Parts: sequence; structure tokens; C-alpha cells
Amino acid sequence: MADVKDEIETLPASGPVLQAKDFKSDQMVRWCPGCGDFAILATVQKVLPGLGVPREKTVFVSGIGCSSRFPYYMNTYGFHSIHGRAPTVATGVKCARPDLMVWVITGDGDALSIGGNHLIHALRRNVDLKILLFNNRIYGLTKGQYSPTSELGKKTKSSPMGTIDAPLNPIAVALASEASFVARAIDTDLPFLTDVLGRAARHKGSAFVEIFQNCVVFNDGAWDSVAAKDVRDEKTLKLAHGRPMIFGKNRDKGLRQKGFDFEVVSFDPASPPQDLLVHDEQAPATAAYALAHMGEPVVQGVLRCVSRPPLHELMNGQIERAKSEKAPDLQKILNGPETWTVA
Amino acid sequence: MSDAATKSLPIEDIESAVIRFAGDSGDGIQLTGMQFTSTTAFAGNDLSTLPDYPAEIRAPVGTTAGVSGFQIQFSSRQVLTPGDAPDVLVAMNPAALKANVKDVKKGGILLLNKDTFGQANLTKAGYEKNPLDDGSLSDWRVITVELGRLTRNALEGLGLTPTETERCKNFFALGMMYWLYDRPLDATLRWIEDKFKKNPKFVEANRRALHAGNAYAETAELFGHHYRVRKAPIKPGTYRNITGNEATALGFVAASANSGLPLWLGSYPITPASDVLHELSKHKNFGVKTFQAEDEIAAIGSAIGASFAGNLAITTSSGPGIALKSEAIGLAVMTELPVVVLNVQRGGPSTGLPTKTEQADLLQALYGRNGECPVPVLAAATPGDCFYMVYEACRLAVKYMTPVFLLTDGYLANGSEPWLVPSAGALAKFGPAAVAPIADWKPYKRDPETLARAWVAPGMKGYEHRIGGIEKQDVTGNVSYDPDNHERMVRLRAAKVNKIAQEIAPTEILGERKGEVLLVGWGGTYGAITAAVQNLQKAGRSVSAVHLRHLNPLPPDLGDILSGFKQVLVPELNMGQLLKVLRAKYLIPAVGLNKIKGQPFKVSEIEAGVENLLKEAR
Repeated sequence: MADVKDEIETLPASGPVLQAKDFKSDQMVRWCPGCGDFAILATVQKVLPGLGVPREKTVFVSGIGCSSRFPYYMNTYGFHSIHGRAPTVATGVKCARPDLMVWVITGDGDALSIGGNHLIHALRRNVDLKILLFNNRIYGLTKGQYSPTSELGKKTKSSPMGTIDAPLNPIAVALASEASFVARAIDTDLPFLTDVLGRAARHKGSAFVEIFQNCVVFNDGAWDSVAAKDVRDEKTLKLAHGRPMIFGKNRDKGLRQKGFDFEVVSFDPASPPQDLLVHDEQAPATAAYALAHMGEPVVQGVLRCVSRPPLHELMNGQIERAKSEKAPDLQKILNGPETWTVA
Repeated sequence: MSDAATKSLPIEDIESAVIRFAGDSGDGIQLTGMQFTSTTAFAGNDLSTLPDYPAEIRAPVGTTAGVSGFQIQFSSRQVLTPGDAPDVLVAMNPAALKANVKDVKKGGILLLNKDTFGQANLTKAGYEKNPLDDGSLSDWRVITVELGRLTRNALEGLGLTPTETERCKNFFALGMMYWLYDRPLDATLRWIEDKFKKNPKFVEANRRALHAGNAYAETAELFGHHYRVRKAPIKPGTYRNITGNEATALGFVAASANSGLPLWLGSYPITPASDVLHELSKHKNFGVKTFQAEDEIAAIGSAIGASFAGNLAITTSSGPGIALKSEAIGLAVMTELPVVVLNVQRGGPSTGLPTKTEQADLLQALYGRNGECPVPVLAAATPGDCFYMVYEACRLAVKYMTPVFLLTDGYLANGSEPWLVPSAGALAKFGPAAVAPIADWKPYKRDPETLARAWVAPGMKGYEHRIGGIEKQDVTGNVSYDPDNHERMVRLRAAKVNKIAQEIAPTEILGERKGEVLLVGWGGTYGAITAAVQNLQKAGRSVSAVHLRHLNPLPPDLGDILSGFKQVLVPELNMGQLLKVLRAKYLIPAVGLNKIKGQPFKVSEIEAGVENLLKEAR
């Protein structure tokens, strides 16, 4: 194989510009009508051209579940792997070939149940992956069992009397795993999702995005209480780095610190109070953790974005150092420390 | 050693010898054994070694649980095994004596560290009475030496702490053994100077201990006479000593260098395979990427990803780890990507015997996956052979676009032998097949010779495609649930693996092509089987042997060979796994010779197995 570059190279600005349709494959999309996945697929296809990365340098890796069919619908390289293991396959792809832009498409069961171990380790290593977790709080492809994000007491096919397992908060898991980029968005708010995915794509290192996604068949209305269009503005807060935490249709509510917790304050939008919290993506992870756990408003946007070297850079750095210190000499290592000659 | 000494004490020429060093895990037994091995290799003997260490890193001092051993057979003729029974046991404490004495040849020498035979150590070792006094060792020649006291005397004035002094007693014992077998000290002296070059005090201490032990053996006339093992007739060339795990790691580096494919190792630490990870992580200057994954599944997952991305990808483990990788191996079968999966077998099931050897993962390699999931399986026969089998596994994986299993075992991994170093330039080059122009290419279009699909890694413009674990449509590789397509694909994947039979050289037969008994072995039992068959042939028995390196597919000439013998005996360190395969495939009443003790075969056990079979036949 020819020498590959250590970095993703983008297309020359002067050349032909890719469009969303260039990223659509010839395969029929087979999600249920009305599935939130359609919107996410369309948004990703819309975000990719702007990144300038050639199609052939783009790889989508997935595990198992409804969301994991995603790669088949992208006209890029793609790998539909096995349940929970997408981060491992993607780690191999990215570290073997730093010139590729690698996305991981996963769901709440795939990433947090069977693949929980791989997710946390990919994040702690800061593998340069764009990890999109489609969270619909249910197992869809196996037809309706509770997932690790299902709310406590939820009645499903496998929990007719209600679940007795406390759910995980995906953002909290990512933060605890030292993820360098952690964000949240909603499948029905496309402009905001576009912004968040664009930032994730440009982040160097692991970018983890939880996307609230609706399952029309097995968990319809999964996020309606906060994400439905009529309540979204009042029930969610869009974070912006360096900006006060304000929400509400009329921008008349904000967050203020109260002891170790937050409180919502209402005010006249013309004169917001001075002591509202100001979002800082680089603040200690404990702040993002607290925001992630807040009941209402549910925060959206980039909770945390810090810079640290991704795994492939560190790996290549060691290889370059080893090469500069010692030229590879196959005969020498075959000989080992000591040889003797039989005449 | 002075000339006067060699003259004053008689020297006896012997053909071969087996010695075993044994002591606490912290006694430096493996180091002592490796030093004796290097010196013996330089002396021109053929040799074979076997370390035997406990699973616990530091089991309670003085107990039999913590005993570590190192055995070497060396000879003026060909050596195929580390030897059945030691002629000499060097035991650093009562526990080492207790754990090993039953293996020592009757009439053999027990060299015992007398200092340690106090009540406390005897109790820890489980001796009710002191074996030095109760006559229980009367079958052997017991030589007791106050190793601790003599080492302290030799090191007096160096200003070492008692612990530092204590650590030198293994070299005192080594010096004695060098005298007993007429070995020069210079190789070990050179090693000491290099090893402790930053600490001249330790150089001096170890030198003194080695010399003092050597002189003591001579002047105290403990042994009466000493032995000489002359040079063995060895094929001319440059040699090194090599363990199976070292040879394995080098095979991967060589395969990467000669294919131009960067090497990716995804691995998770596991005994006895970890040394391959350690060794490969030293060779980053060859562009080798070693990834210590969070678990066994991630290890192979990363390898599959790296393979998809165009690297020569491997994963190294042992039985329990392989069990965890099964689903991912199936993914590599389905996506038809090259991945070499190394299983350094150990005693099972479950955690089993982590540091002991066994061959009980053959059926796991052949069949241990869901669905019809054929994987080529290779097995190395000796420590040095691991290099060549690794190379072959890599070549086949790339040529046939398939995962390939390579089986070694704890005995091969840790055992060592002199190895004729190959010339790097003489190794056959290999690489991926050329990719057809886009118009003629489809993700699952096959080369008719190999039935392999083309390896198209991301980055190739116009070839963008998707693969995965769902059944593939023939040629296009698109998802397909079509019943006829599924059957066709299952048969195609099997046919592709069977095509590898065309790569297998004619099977070598040790002995005549026809006769009474044919032994069929595989893996690390090669040495013991070969030595036994050579002995039996000398004794006039009509016995031949073949040793399989290809377990799937089997050599195409094997059926023919089997039919030339009245009886087929299959010695294995399991309950009869190859036996099952041979009986099923060739419909022959083959017989097993099985041992499941976590220990390799002794030559005598195989000889006895053949003799019994011949006796029954009469």
C-alpha cells in the first residue's frame, strides 16, 4: 500500500463541490415510515459536503440495531459490524489510516449496553471518531424491549410490570470517560442538529453526540415531553459557549447556580439578571456533568469541548520516534541479541 | 577452569544430558536456565528447553505452589524435546525438591541447597521429616551444598545487602553446573557485564558467585568426575536461541516487511500469549502498531477495522480469549477480510491452567463459531517453526482474503531451541492481488483461482462500498436474505477455504510409506513424536509418522498416506480432537493416545503407546 497521510486531507476549494445527494447510496432506506433516523441521515448527508472531505476518505462504522443500518445508505466506505463493537472496528480503521474521517453510528442498546465497555475506552483514548448515539430509549430491531436508557418503571415487552433497572445518562457516561467533545441534539430540530454535527465533525478527537430520536413503532413520543415542537423552547436550553444560559420562547428564563445545584429564574427579556450562568465548554467536566443531569430544562448543544491529542497522533508519534532512533533492520532482529555460527 | 583441574579429575564423555533447575519464583530460576542454555548453544550442542512456572507471580515463599522450574536437554546428537527425566535436579529449597524429585532419573543427581532445609522450610514444603536424613532420597545421589553461606563468603567485603547477596546464589549454583558439564564461563560473564554495566558492584558480585561455584565444584570434589557433551552435527549456518513466542512475533514483523503491509496488532494481555504483544511492541521502528485493547473483543474488532483499512492485521490470545473473539471471527469470515488469529493454547476449560500446555482448542478453532463458518487452521510444530507458520498464515490470509487461525501452545511459546536464522532477503515476498478497474469490479466478485474477493481499502476513489455481517449478495456484496443466495454464499465461503489445499506441499513421512502403525500428530508434540518414532524404528518396529501443519484444510495426500498403514495412532494433549476429525473425514478406526496433564508428552509415553498398540495387534 502506498504511504498514507497522517491527517485528513480536504478537497481543494477550487475543485468541484460535493452535494448532499453525492452521499446518498443506491440502497433503499428501510427504516419505518416516520422514524427519526431519516432526519438524522439527511442531516449528516447535508453536513458532509461542507467538510470538504472526499467521499472515498469517509468511513461510516456501525454496530447492530436500527440506527446501525446507516452505513448502507451512505455513498462512502462503510462497515456494518457486530453488536456493540463499532468503536473497536472504528478504532482500528482510524489508527491504521489517520487520513480517513471515521464516523460511528450507534444506538442506546448498542453503545451503552452490549458495547458500553468499548464506548468508554474509545472516548478515554480520544480516538478521532465522530460517534452519533441515536437514543430512542428502546430496543427497536428486536421489537420493543427496554434499553439502558429506558426510564425506570417503563412497561415494555420484556418488562410488563415496568422496568426495575435505573437508566444511564449517555452524556454523563461520556463525561466520566473523559470524552473531549460531548454534545446533545434532537432529531426534530434540524438546524440545531446541523450545527452540532458540524462542530462534532470538525473536532479533533472523540466527538460524542447524543441525539434524541423517536421510534414511531415501539416508543413513539419517546422525547415528546421535552422535544415536541410546542414545548421544546420551554423545556430545553441550547448551550452556546461564552453566552448566558437563557431559554424559553420569549428568552425569559435562565439558569443560576444555587449551592451545588441550579435554579431556573424568570425575568424580563429586556433586562436579564447579571448572575446567570455563562456556558464554558472548557470548564471542569463536573459542570457539564451537572448540566447533563438536570431534569428540566434539558440542555442541548456542546456541553464540553476540550483539546487533547487523539490516539492516532500519539501512536504515530511513537512510531516516528522509534524510526528516528533505530532504523528498521529485519536481519538484525532475526539475529536477536546473540548468534553463533556452525561451520 | 584451570587445565590442572581438568587433568586431576576424570571426565566422562556422554551423549546427552537433561538437567532441571528449580526454586522459588523469585530465585532467578528462569534466568539461570537461560544462561545455561546460551552457554550450551555456544558449546555447539543441540538442545531444547522447557520453562515451567506457576500462575502466581510470587506464591508464598517456600511452598510447592511457588516452585518455578527450567529444564534443558542438550546433546551431541539431534535433540527434539527437553527430555523425559532429568539426570540432575538443582533444587534451591525443599519445596523445589518435593515438587520435582519424582521426575528425576533413578541414580541421578540431586544438588540441594542445604541452607534451606531448616524446620520452617520443611514444614512449608509439606515435609514431616527432613528428607536429607530419613533415607527417602536413597534412589538418587544427593549432594548438599550450603549455597547461601558459600555465596556470602564469596561476596564478603563487597558491601552488598543480605538480600542482594542472596540473589547471587543462583549463579553460584550455575557455576557448579558449568563445572559438572565442562562448560566455559565466558558467555555468562559477558552477559553479567552487559546486564549490570550501570552497577559495577553487581558485576563483581555475580562474577564472583559464578567463579566461586565453579571452583567449589572442582575443589570440593563433590561429583567425583564431570561430563563432556561434544558438539552435535548441526547444519552449518548462523544460529540463535529462540522461543516460540519470539519466533511468532518475528514472523509477523517479517511478513509485514515483505508484504509492504503495515502491521496492526490488537491484543489483550493473557498468559501465555502476552510475550508476543511485548515483543511486537518493541518493533515500532518497523511501523508496527500495537494496540492493547480494553478486552479480547476490542482486540479483534480493532484488527478487523485495520484490515478493512488495508493493514496486515492480527490478534493474539489464548483459549479463553479466543472464545470471546468467536463472533468477531465470524464477522471477518462474512466480510472476507484477512486477519490472523493466534491462539497460544493453554490448559482449559475456563481459566484452566494458564501457564500449562494443552492442545484442546483444535475443535474450537475448527468449529467454535455460529453458523457455517469455515476458517483455515494452521499449527506450528516447534518453537522455531512458529516463525514460518506465522509467515504462512499471513500469506494465506491475504491471498485468500480470510481470517486464519494459527495454533501454538504454552510448550512451544516458552520452550526454546537453536534456530537457523533465515536470511531476511530470502523470505518470499507476498502481497494483495491487484484490484480490477472499476468497470470490472464488484465488492464480492471473486478471483477464480482463489475464490478471494479483492481487497479494496477506503481511499480508493470510485470504489466506495459497504460491507458487514449480514449475508451478502453474491458478487455485489449488498445485503441479501434470498434463500438460494445464502446457500450459494455458504458453499462459496467453504470452497474458498478448501482451495487452500492447493497451497499445501506433499506431506513428509518420517519412515516408510506403508507399515504397521502411522502416528499422526500436530502442533507442539512434534519433538516427542519424532524422537519416539526414531527410537522405535531403530528397535525395528514398523512405525512411521506424519506431522500436520495444516489442520483445515487437511493436506490433500493425507487420505492416501493413512491407507498405507494397518493402524493409525493419534497422540494429542487432549481427549482426541484431531482423532475425531480424522475418523469423521476418512472413516478409519484411528486410535488416540491422549494426555491431559498440562505437560508435554514424554518420548517414553509415546513409545509405550505404540508398543501397546503393536502388542494388541498381535
